[in-house]
Amino acid sequence: MTLAPSARQSILPDRITNSTLASFVRSVPSVDEVGATERVAALSSRSIKRDSKAEALRLAVQMMDLTTLEGMDTPGKVIQMSAKAVHPDPTDSSIPSVAAVCVYPSMVPYARQAVEGTSVKVASVSTYFPSGQADLGLRVAETEAVVEAGADEVDMVISRGAFLSGDYFRVFDEIVKVKEACRDAHLKVILETGELQTLDNVRRASMLAMAAGADFIKTSTGKVTPAATLPVTLVMFEAIRDFQAATGVKVGMKPAGGIRTSKDAIRYLVVLNETLGSEWMSPDWFRFGASSLLNDVLMQIRWLETGRYQSADYFTKD
Amino acid sequence: MSTELEGRKADVVAPRIDWSYATSRESTDIVSIEKRYGLFVDGEFRAPKSRKHYESVNPATEEHLAEVAEAGPADVDAAVSYAREAYESEWGAMPGAERAKHIFRIARMVQERARELAVLETLDGGKPIRESRDVDLPQVAANFFYYAGWADKLEYAFPGLDPEPLGVAGQVIPWNFPLLMLAWKVAPALATGNTVVLKPAETTPLTALAFAELTAEAGLPPGVFNVVTGAGETGSHVVGHPDVDKVAFTGSTAVGKIIQHQLAGTDTRLSLELGGKAAHVVFEDAPLDQAIEGVVNGIFFNQGHVCCAGSRLFVQENIHDLFVDKLKARLATLRVGDPLDKNTDVGAINSREQLERITELVDAGVSEGAEMFQPACDLPSRGFWFVPTLFTGVAQSHRIAQEEIFGPVLSIMSFRTPEEAIEKANNTPYGLSAGVWTSKGSRILWMADHLKAGVVWANTYNKFDPSSPFGGYKESGFGREGGRHGLLSYLKGPR
Amino acid sequence: MSRLDVRKTYKLYIGGEFPRSESGRSFPALDSTGAVVARVARASRKDLRDAVRHARTAQAGWAGRSGYNRGQILYRIAELMEDRFETFVSQVQVADPDRRRARRQVEASIDMLVWYAGWADKFAQVYGNLNPVAGPFFNISAPEPTGVVGMVAADDSALLGLVARMAAILVPGNTVVVLASESRPMPAVTLAEVLETSDVPGGVVNILTGHTDELIPWLAEHMDVNAVDASGATSDQRRLIDEGAVHNVKRVVGGDPLTRSPYTIASFTETKTVWHPKGL
Repeated sequence: MTLAPSARQSILPDRITNSTLASFVRSVPSVDEVGATERVAALSSRSIKRDSKAEALRLAVQMMDLTTLEGMDTPGKVIQMSAKAVHPDPTDSSIPSVAAVCVYPSMVPYARQAVEGTSVKVASVSTYFPSGQADLGLRVAETEAVVEAGADEVDMVISRGAFLSGDYFRVFDEIVKVKEACRDAHLKVILETGELQTLDNVRRASMLAMAAGADFIKTSTGKVTPAATLPVTLVMFEAIRDFQAATGVKVGMKPAGGIRTSKDAIRYLVVLNETLGSEWMSPDWFRFGASSLLNDVLMQIRWLETGRYQSADYFTKD
Repeated sequence: MSTELEGRKADVVAPRIDWSYATSRESTDIVSIEKRYGLFVDGEFRAPKSRKHYESVNPATEEHLAEVAEAGPADVDAAVSYAREAYESEWGAMPGAERAKHIFRIARMVQERARELAVLETLDGGKPIRESRDVDLPQVAANFFYYAGWADKLEYAFPGLDPEPLGVAGQVIPWNFPLLMLAWKVAPALATGNTVVLKPAETTPLTALAFAELTAEAGLPPGVFNVVTGAGETGSHVVGHPDVDKVAFTGSTAVGKIIQHQLAGTDTRLSLELGGKAAHVVFEDAPLDQAIEGVVNGIFFNQGHVCCAGSRLFVQENIHDLFVDKLKARLATLRVGDPLDKNTDVGAINSREQLERITELVDAGVSEGAEMFQPACDLPSRGFWFVPTLFTGVAQSHRIAQEEIFGPVLSIMSFRTPEEAIEKANNTPYGLSAGVWTSKGSRILWMADHLKAGVVWANTYNKFDPSSPFGGYKESGFGREGGRHGLLSYLKGPR
Repeated sequence: MSRLDVRKTYKLYIGGEFPRSESGRSFPALDSTGAVVARVARASRKDLRDAVRHARTAQAGWAGRSGYNRGQILYRIAELMEDRFETFVSQVQVADPDRRRARRQVEASIDMLVWYAGWADKFAQVYGNLNPVAGPFFNISAPEPTGVVGMVAADDSALLGLVARMAAILVPGNTVVVLASESRPMPAVTLAEVLETSDVPGGVVNILTGHTDELIPWLAEHMDVNAVDASGATSDQRRLIDEGAVHNVKRVVGGDPLTRSPYTIASFTETKTVWHPKGL
C-alpha cells in the first residue's frame, strides 16, 4: 500500500496497522465542547461592517461550491445551475464566478460541458455518496469513472460505521485508495460530522483523514442533520493548524449544509480568519458547500451597494 | 499566469484577502452625561456640602467626561443618617415580598437600559464595549434578579438561623467592574433588608450615578440606596462612620489591611474581597485549544484588571514549548484599541497610575531575567494602553510571580508533577482563585481539594454567576459574595 | 343604539395553541345565580392524550433552560397577569361576586408567581447538597424535575389554587397538564392566554377545561405521566388517582393547594446523586 507524501508520514507510526492507527487517533488532544462553543460565540459577535463586509461577501461567492445533489436532478437542472455558477448575477457582471459546481457522478458530463472555458471547476461526489455503504472496489471504481468523465474535484465520504467501531485502518486505507484513484483531481474527504456527534470524534477523524491524504476535509453530505456547524468547523480548523505545524502540509476545509445566510457565511469567515489566518482566506483553501446561500449573498452585496433592502424577486432562481 | 481560454478552464489566480475588520463603533448617542453630578442622597441628587468636585476622564482618550462631587465628612454623615432613617422607618420592617418586588423591578429596568449603561461603563472605565455589553451588564441584571428572589425566602437560607438584617451597610467598590461590583454589593444588602451607602471608585463613578437615578425611577424608597462619590478619603469616612453596621470592601490587599486596622476594636461587621495572583495550571492531557482560550481569557479579559485573573500560568513541562507557541500565536490575534469598537478585545488601562504600576513591574520582570514576549501591536497615541505581554522563564522568586500586576501580563512557569504544581500554586499570600485544565476528572477534584483558593475553575475560567459564591482565602480577603453563602455577610448571626 | 360586544370563545390550551375540543363538545360556565355566562370547551380523552404528548415533547427543552431563565419567564407571567388584573378580577367574581375577595385572590396569585419565580435559580442550593461520604469521593445530590406532571386543580379556587401549584411544578423544569376547575373555568382560560404571551414555550403548560371526573381516569392511568398533583382533588378523586398511578408507579402529591413552600417544589423532583473519585 502506498502512503501519502512523506511529509504526512512524519506524524504517522512506522507500521500502519489498526492498533498503531488507534494509538495515533487517541493521541489527538481532546476538545472541550463548552469551551469550543464559547469561542465560536465570541467570534460570532464580531461586527463586520461596510467595506469589510463587501470584501468578505465577494470572496464568499468565489468560495462557493454551488451544489445540487438530489434524486430528481436532471441535465436541465445542472445546466441551469452551472449557468448561474458562471454568472451569478446577470444584471451585474462584476460579480465573480463561484469556485465550483458540485453534482452527482451521472451529472458530471453535463456540468463539464456547461462550465467549459470558464474558471468554474467541476466537483463530483463519489464513493456511494451519501452513505458510503458499499464495497471499497465499487467506491474506487466510481471515483475512477468520475475523474475520467472530467471531474476536477472529488468529494468522498468516509465509512462512519468503521470509524465509530474503531476500524481506523479501514477508514485510512479507503482514503488512500480513493486518493490514488483521483489522479490529478483534488480530494475532499467528508467526515459526516453529524454522525460522528462529538467534537473529540471530529478532531480525531480530521487528523486521520489528513494523514491519509485528504486535500480538503469537509463537514457533511448535507443529507444528515446537523450538517455544518461553527463549533465543528472551529475544531476542524484547529486540527488543520496542528497538522500543518507537525507536517508542513496545508489542507483545505469545506463546511457544507445548513449555511443559508450571508450572516452565517461571514461568521464562518471570521472563524477562519482568526484561527488559520489570511493565508487561508482563498478558494484554494476554503469552500462553502451551499445552494441557497448564493442568492442571500447577492442580495447583501446589492444592499451594501444601494442602501436599499432587497427582494428575492430580483435574483435568479436556477 | 495565462488568461487564455484553453482546454478545460481559464487559469485564474485564486483570490485571497487580507481581511482586517473596519472599525465598528458603538454609538454613544444613547448616553447622556450631566456636566456635573451631585451626590445621590435620600432619593435625589444634591450638591455636596464639601462644595468640592473632581473630574472623571475617559481613559481611552483622556477626554473629560463630567464633574463629580467629592463627598466630605459632613456629606457622608448625612448619607448615613438618611440610610439609617430609611432602615428604621421603612426598609428594615418592610415585608420581604415587597422588598423582593422592588428589587425585581430594578433588575428589569437594568435590562431595559442595558445598552446605555454598557456604553457609559466603557466610556468611564475603558473596558471593551463587547465585554460591558455581553458580560458586565447581563451579570448586573442577573444579580439583582437572583437576590430579589431571596428577599422573602431568608428563613429557608440557613436552617436554625433567624434572619435579621444588620442595618446600614457602607460599601466601597473598585474600578474594574464598576456596575457589576455595585450589583454584587447592593443586591444582597437590599434583599436582606439593609440600607446602603455606596462609595464607587474614584475613576469610575458614572454608572453608579446612573444606577442611582434608575432606583429613583423604580420607586425605591428614598434613603435606601445612597451614593457618595469621592476618592480614598471619602471611602475612609464611610468605613469609619460609627453608625455604619457593616462594611464591605473590594479592592487592593493594601487598602483592605488599612480598613481592617481602622475597624479594629469595633463591632462593625466586615467583609473583604482583595487581590489575587491566581495559578492557572495546564496538564498535558488538557483540551489544548480550549485551554489556550481559557488562559487568554484568564489574563487578558478586562485588560487583566481582575482580582481573580489567572496571572501565573503553570504548564506541565512536557507540553511547555508547544503550549507557549500556541499562546504566542493567539496573542497576535488580540485586537487592542478603542473600547467603543465592537471588535476590540483588549481595551484601555484604567488610569495613568495603573499604567505606571504595570510598566514598573514589567520592567522588573525583564531586569530580573525573565524573557518577555509581546505581539506586534499599534497602540493609539492618546489614552492609557499596554500591549498584552507574556513572560517565560519566570521563577517563583521574581516580582512578576509574586506581586499582583493587575494588567495584561502573564507569567509562565513549568511543573513536572501535580504535587509540584500545588506547592507552587499555593506558595503565595494570596488565595482568591485558581484554574486547572485536564481531561481527567479525578485529577480535577484532587487539585480542587488541594488548591488554597476560594474559587477553582476547571476546564474553564472567569465564570461568574449570582448563585455561585466568590471570595478568597488568606490575604485575598474573607467573606463570600454570591449564592446562598453571600447572604451571610448581611445578616445577624453567629459569624 | 347600544354597541354589541364581541364575546370571547373559551378554548383549550394545548401545545401552545388554542384548539376547540376534538370532540366538538362544550359546556356552560355558570355564575353564582346559576345563569350561563359563557360556554367553555369540554376536553375529551383525546385532547388529554394530545396534551400529554405536547407536555412530553416540551419537557426536555424546559428543563434544559437555566433556573434564571425559568425564573424570568415566571416573573414575566406575573407582569402580564398584573396587566390584565381587572379581567381576572371580573372572572373570579363570576362564581363569587365579592369584589374585595376577588381582588385579593388575584393579587395573591400574582405575588405567588413572583415568589416561585425567585426559587428557580436557588432551589437547588436549598434542596441539593454535597454529601461528605467516607472515602476519596466527590459526592453530590441534586434535584431534577420528575418530568410530565398532571394536575387536578382545586375546584373551589378560581385562580389561586391553579397558579400556586402550577408555579411550584414549573420551577424545577417539569411540564404540566392541568385539569382546570369544572365549576370555575374562565380564569384558567384567561391564564392560558397570559401564558401564551409570556414567553412560556408551547407545551410546557397545557390547560384543559371539562368534566373533571370524566378526565381523571385517563390522566391517572396514562403511562407517560410521571406524577399527579392531587392536592386539589376530592377524596374520591384522590382514590381514583392513587389506583391509576400504580401502573407506572406515578408519584401522587397531596397538600394544600393554597399554601406555598419550597417543599412543594421538592415533591415534583427526583434526587440524583453522583459519585466521582478524587485522586491522581
